[in-house]
Amino acid sequence: MRTSEHIILSAGEKARRKAFGLLGRAFLFTVTSVAAMAVLAILFFIARDAWPFFSDRGVGDFFFSKAWYPAHQPPQFGAAAIFAGSLLVTGAAVVLAVPPGVFAALCMSDILPFNVRQVLKPVIEMLAAIPSVAYGFFALVVLAPLLQESGGRVLAAAWWVLALPALFLASVVAADLLTPGRLSHAAHRLARTLLTLCFLSLSLALLAHVGRVLGGLQVASGVNALTASVILGVMALPTIVSVSEDALQAAGRELREGSYALGATRAETLVKVVFPAALSGVFSAVLLGVMRALGETMVVWMASGNAAQIPKPWYNLLQPVRTLTATIAGDMGEADQMTGSAHYHVLFAMGLCLLLFSFTCNLAGEWIVTRQRKRLRGG
Amino acid sequence: MRVSLLVAGLVAGCAVAQAQDKLVLDGSTTVGPIAKAFAESYMRQNPGVNITVSESGSGNGAKALLNGTCDIADLSRDLKDTERKAMAEKGVKPVAHVVAYDALPVLVHPSNKVKGLTIDQLRGIFTGKIKNWSEVGGSDLAIVVISRDTNSGTFETFKDMVLGHEAKIVESAEYTGSNGGIRQRVQMTKGAIGYAGLGFVDKSVKALEVNGIAPSAETALDKSYPIARPLFMFTNGEPAAESLAAKFIGMSRTEKGREIIEEIGFVPVPAKK
Repeated sequence: MRTSEHIILSAGEKARRKAFGLLGRAFLFTVTSVAAMAVLAILFFIARDAWPFFSDRGVGDFFFSKAWYPAHQPPQFGAAAIFAGSLLVTGAAVVLAVPPGVFAALCMSDILPFNVRQVLKPVIEMLAAIPSVAYGFFALVVLAPLLQESGGRVLAAAWWVLALPALFLASVVAADLLTPGRLSHAAHRLARTLLTLCFLSLSLALLAHVGRVLGGLQVASGVNALTASVILGVMALPTIVSVSEDALQAAGRELREGSYALGATRAETLVKVVFPAALSGVFSAVLLGVMRALGETMVVWMASGNAAQIPKPWYNLLQPVRTLTATIAGDMGEADQMTGSAHYHVLFAMGLCLLLFSFTCNLAGEWIVTRQRKRLRGG
Repeated sequence: MRVSLLVAGLVAGCAVAQAQDKLVLDGSTTVGPIAKAFAESYMRQNPGVNITVSESGSGNGAKALLNGTCDIADLSRDLKDTERKAMAEKGVKPVAHVVAYDALPVLVHPSNKVKGLTIDQLRGIFTGKIKNWSEVGGSDLAIVVISRDTNSGTFETFKDMVLGHEAKIVESAEYTGSNGGIRQRVQMTKGAIGYAGLGFVDKSVKALEVNGIAPSAETALDKSYPIARPLFMFTNGEPAAESLAAKFIGMSRTEKGREIIEEIGFVPVPAKK
């Protein structure tokens, strides 16, 4: 009888336990929602302070005018040049960081021996631990003077070092792909060799020409979009390498073994099987890198020159530019909060744009990953 | 840091302090360092006194004085007519006290052949009409314009005194967040031109003559150097003799106060003869 007393609960006990259960769940739910609420709260407060700017001055000037004179009387808040600066610096950083980042990830996941990878990955990830002000300082006292003193030569040297192996690889691969297949073995080899030689000499000519053009350049100011992009690229590198490498690893051993079993070489396995399978992961790595570069503040404030202009021509990375983040950081100090001036609210408008862009990037990343996962499952 | 610690400590210890042991300053970021150093020194000598210094800009300093939220307003410029009018309407009687002078030397790379510029040439350079040093007697080198960020009092002074009200600074101008940053950029950029406080001139950069006058403490004081200005502390009415505000502002005439001002890089007001 005693046992049944313990198993069958009285109505009061039942209600009590139910209440406790509910309470526990409510507590856990609250804790979990704090994180989500924080995001919403940030969005709300930034939007609240951005709103007066848009309602007073509309959106046209903000997005389409280049006239950024916040301290002039009357002030002008055209942020087009600043948006362009952010895009230019971020875009260049991504172009500089993605190819080496993805190659490094491929190399670590599939080519280097396991124990080398175990050492290399943490070392690369350490790049992310260096404070951004240290990167900025490096840009200011090492990179900028170097570019200024011997800008052309440095650029030419960097071009040769980066482009020579890339173009060599591209020539070989292109020749291989373009060689007609329906030939005898000897003819096939001959055609491929000829094509390779042809592509190689073409790329050598290109290399030499661009190298000569770059070598003749004069850099007036070492603090410019290029300096900022190079440093941002290095800062985005650990994210890109680490996340891509994880994605390539996650493609799985079975996939690789299956490919080898069908007689594919390692190169074919890498390029045609593993990489496509990991593409969504690599893509989200790139998006994370974009967001890292876009949101970085200290380095661009120190190394981009902060001139509110669109370079002429627009791809001229050797001119100083101003970015959204640097503008917010640099101008917030004295934009008067108490009176809530337009200068104060325009900075929030910029923050809101950055935030919305990050959200979009995040959502796009999520969407691509889910879609890819479905496709891989054969859905 | 030390100031805030002191303030925190004193706030705790001073719950019973009388109103006259408290002084609130607000205003210019240029005058702020002087006020902070004065406050630190004063509070060390007079424990039990609580002085807080905020730096929200000259305009906000004037507003704070108008609204009675500060005892002393730090301004790196004189009051504007609109501000004086608003104060008159509210019965606030602003009294100006000059605590120091500030000169803005124009800095170029030491290798630059140009010795001096006129204000007109400076305006041409900073508005982008003059783009090459050869146009003002230098070698054939593109001019790199470097400015303080648009929020600084230094920028405002330079803009008022050199560019005037209508002119806009050239859009390719680079902006740097500190006087030290300006000097750093100028000393490593051959074509650079920038401006910073008097305390930031050293051998690594060359200070140009403006309208034929080299910047120095003397030329700032006798007003012959054109880019110089007095720095103010404004009070509501003349502070009573022996009051905390009077003593605090009076520090700028003491030996210690003059030392502090020189250390920060400004020119102390000459002793009364």
